[in-house]
Amino acid sequence: MSTSESTHENTLQVRRYKPEEAPRKTYLTEEKGLKAWLTTVDHKKIGLMYLGSIAFFFFVGGILALILRTELWTPAQNFLSADAYNQIFTLHGAIMVFFFLVPSVPAALGNFILPLQLGCKDVAFPRLNLASFYIYLIGAVIVVGAILTGGVDTGWTFYTPYSTQTGGSVMIMTFGVFVLGFSSILTGVNFITTIHRLRAPGLGWNRLSLFNWSLYATSIIQLLATPVLAITLLLLTMERLLGIGIFDPNIGGDPVLFQHFFWFYSHPAVYIMIVPGFGIISEVISTFSKKHIFGYWAIAISSLAIAFIGFLVWGHHMFTAGQSSLANMVFSFLTFFVGIPTGIKIFNWVATMYRGSIDLKVPMLYALYFLFLFMIGGFTGIMVGALLVDVHLHDTYYVVAHFHYVMMGGMVFALLAGLHYWWPKMFGKMYNETWAKIASVFVFIGFNLTFLPQFVMGSLGMPRRYFNYLEEFQIYHQLSTMGAFTMFIGFSIMITYLIYSMMKGEQAKANPWGSRALEWQVSSPPELHNFHHTPVIIHGPYDYHKPMHEFQLGIDSVHSENGHGENGHSIAEATVDAAEERH
Amino acid sequence: MNRLSDFMLPPARSTFAGETDALFNFINIVSLILLVGITIAMIYFAIKYRRRSEDETTPLITHHAGLEITWSVIPLILVLIVFAWGFKGYMNHSTPPSDSYEIRVVGASWRWDFIYENGFVSTNELHVPKDRPVRLVMSSDDVIHSFFVPDYRVKRDVIPNRYTQIWFEATSSDTSQVFCTEYCGTAHSNMLAEVIVHEQSEFDDWLASAAAANDNMSPVELGEQLIGQQGCATCHSSDGSAGIGPTFQGLFGSERTMTDGSTVTADENYLRESMLEPATRVVEGYQPVMPTFAQLNDRQLDAIIEYLKTID
Repeated sequence: MSTSESTHENTLQVRRYKPEEAPRKTYLTEEKGLKAWLTTVDHKKIGLMYLGSIAFFFFVGGILALILRTELWTPAQNFLSADAYNQIFTLHGAIMVFFFLVPSVPAALGNFILPLQLGCKDVAFPRLNLASFYIYLIGAVIVVGAILTGGVDTGWTFYTPYSTQTGGSVMIMTFGVFVLGFSSILTGVNFITTIHRLRAPGLGWNRLSLFNWSLYATSIIQLLATPVLAITLLLLTMERLLGIGIFDPNIGGDPVLFQHFFWFYSHPAVYIMIVPGFGIISEVISTFSKKHIFGYWAIAISSLAIAFIGFLVWGHHMFTAGQSSLANMVFSFLTFFVGIPTGIKIFNWVATMYRGSIDLKVPMLYALYFLFLFMIGGFTGIMVGALLVDVHLHDTYYVVAHFHYVMMGGMVFALLAGLHYWWPKMFGKMYNETWAKIASVFVFIGFNLTFLPQFVMGSLGMPRRYFNYLEEFQIYHQLSTMGAFTMFIGFSIMITYLIYSMMKGEQAKANPWGSRALEWQVSSPPELHNFHHTPVIIHGPYDYHKPMHEFQLGIDSVHSENGHGENGHSIAEATVDAAEERH
Repeated sequence: MNRLSDFMLPPARSTFAGETDALFNFINIVSLILLVGITIAMIYFAIKYRRRSEDETTPLITHHAGLEITWSVIPLILVLIVFAWGFKGYMNHSTPPSDSYEIRVVGASWRWDFIYENGFVSTNELHVPKDRPVRLVMSSDDVIHSFFVPDYRVKRDVIPNRYTQIWFEATSSDTSQVFCTEYCGTAHSNMLAEVIVHEQSEFDDWLASAAAANDNMSPVELGEQLIGQQGCATCHSSDGSAGIGPTFQGLFGSERTMTDGSTVTADENYLRESMLEPATRVVEGYQPVMPTFAQLNDRQLDAIIEYLKTID
């Protein structure tokens, strides 16, 4: 540590604020009761309410998937009608994508962790944050209403003209998704503002955690892509009410145009779902390797690169839809460029483990599963990005398997890594490590058993969204169904030990993993306002070569007014002095 | 490599299959090498560098420009190869040879009609000559469908109010499966067809006789053929089993209860109406999803009715 040449007036007295173990006053014990929860503006409580909601929707979507897989045990009809099957796969897709995947990491874990990692008391707009949650719920209620009033059987993609001709409540359903979009936009605005304005003194952009970088990239996509969804709905409404031909070929519209609009939102939305997952993996791998993350800037910038390039590749969903060959060429070319930053991340994560001190706790286990599964998702993405092969594989089970490897093998496993990583922080309780490992093995094996056979049957020609199928595909469908039930066992064990942990779990330490990140330098669970002091940051969150006490510095909140913001750099230097003096 | 194709890909029965399969295998093998390599590295690190004591320290390694460039550039080269290969092959798909034999394809919920040069229409059965480029000019009567022959490695969406095209050259005389791969509603998964491949001379004979055969058949024979050709069996069984529409078994002369509660006897007039205006009266318990068959002429309608009388 070099001594600083800062002038006297920049020197601040910092002292160590050691987190309180087994705190009596926490955000969970203060402001209790249903009303306090429903009207709370505390980011942690809102995060938990989101967590509860997405867990609920994941459960519902998962049960629907099990129903589908059971029906597919035999080639012919079992217990569902074709229409019921079609409605259920539509629901499974819509619920999982719009109500689980999109809000999962940013709104649930992001809400809880972001302010803690930035060293602030809440997000920039706490009331807006609560509003986002209610808008999300309203969107969900509208969609459930659409299901109850008519049933929607279009698939989660709502392709025209089928969606304009089929009965059911497609418009209501799309409206629900539209409302949901606002929740997404508002969360994006909130996070961007928070990251720009509420960083603790000394927390420069080069010390921002990679989870926050990923939330930043995600928020930008949410802000820019989601309005397109609103435009699409507006156009659909104009067509329906005013008879202006936009998508309906009978009045001069172009049905393929809808696909462009849809994927212009939904493709970036795929990155809304996966990029925050990358952030979790960076945190977990660094913490459980007790080692500085390898290639900090490479990982941070690649998140932004993915966010940017992700806007330019929507056309790869339409290689066989009658798009021009030139457009196909450009979209195929750009698609491969998403692969590069993603590959960079993988290599950097593995390099982080090199010469680390690796502790295979449950979150790390999930992170390793993630790496394996996400690589398969990525490589098969290269496969369907290649024009010639996509002509054969498009709209088959191969694509189904590919996006489940990315969305579930990637995103859900990252979410599970994050959930197990931050669980002690969120609830102040530990879960049973052994049972958690057993459950993770069930989920991992079940997942592969479900989706590996789908690659094979897809390549063999089995189309997706098929209620009946040819007998030659039965063996693959049966393996897949067995896998789905294996996963179900794993998730059931998980629910059990997590609920047990909440009720009777052992008290968690403030920093059970020995992490250097700021959220672990407060008590578990945190106090209502996170920090009583203003944290002062002099190291990055991955500086495992520095002693722990240098990550717990701060100044009394009273003095924080002149400490916040622009002159963070000089404060940081000053605090180096202070820290040195203390030795 | 061949083993991989045999396991994962359907039989190769067109001139496209070779190149598609080669690229498929190339991507699979490169991916497999990378996947296995990285996974082994991961597991090796996890074992070799496992935590031995709680106060272990780790070296400070923050980044390495050389490595970052290596693992950006090598994958970049690989994906550019894949891109160029994929694009080159794709251009073959989108440029049919000028001497292609042309067949019109009309997709409708839920049947495929194939219209040949002499006006003959076959439904759910595409007849093509072997070893000759065949160009399909396709459109849809209603929603978007997609024409997919796995054995030929070809697929293209079939869109209302627009023509799309596809071409292939069959290299085997085996029959191949056609799927609809764009979701199109209730009977999407029953919207199947077959490609039947003839030698060129056989194909010419088939086409000439198929067009003539209709005229010499008895009404029952013609009816039976039409039921097959028109795709009626997609929704209506002949053995009493349940389907999207009511079974044909015992249909003629039976009392039917309609969705509005009225009853109708299934006589000639009712059956005719059901084919021409299927939505007018729908049997209780079924959805009004049947398309109209207004393209059938009187002789064909009569033939179908005569055939239905024989199923009991």
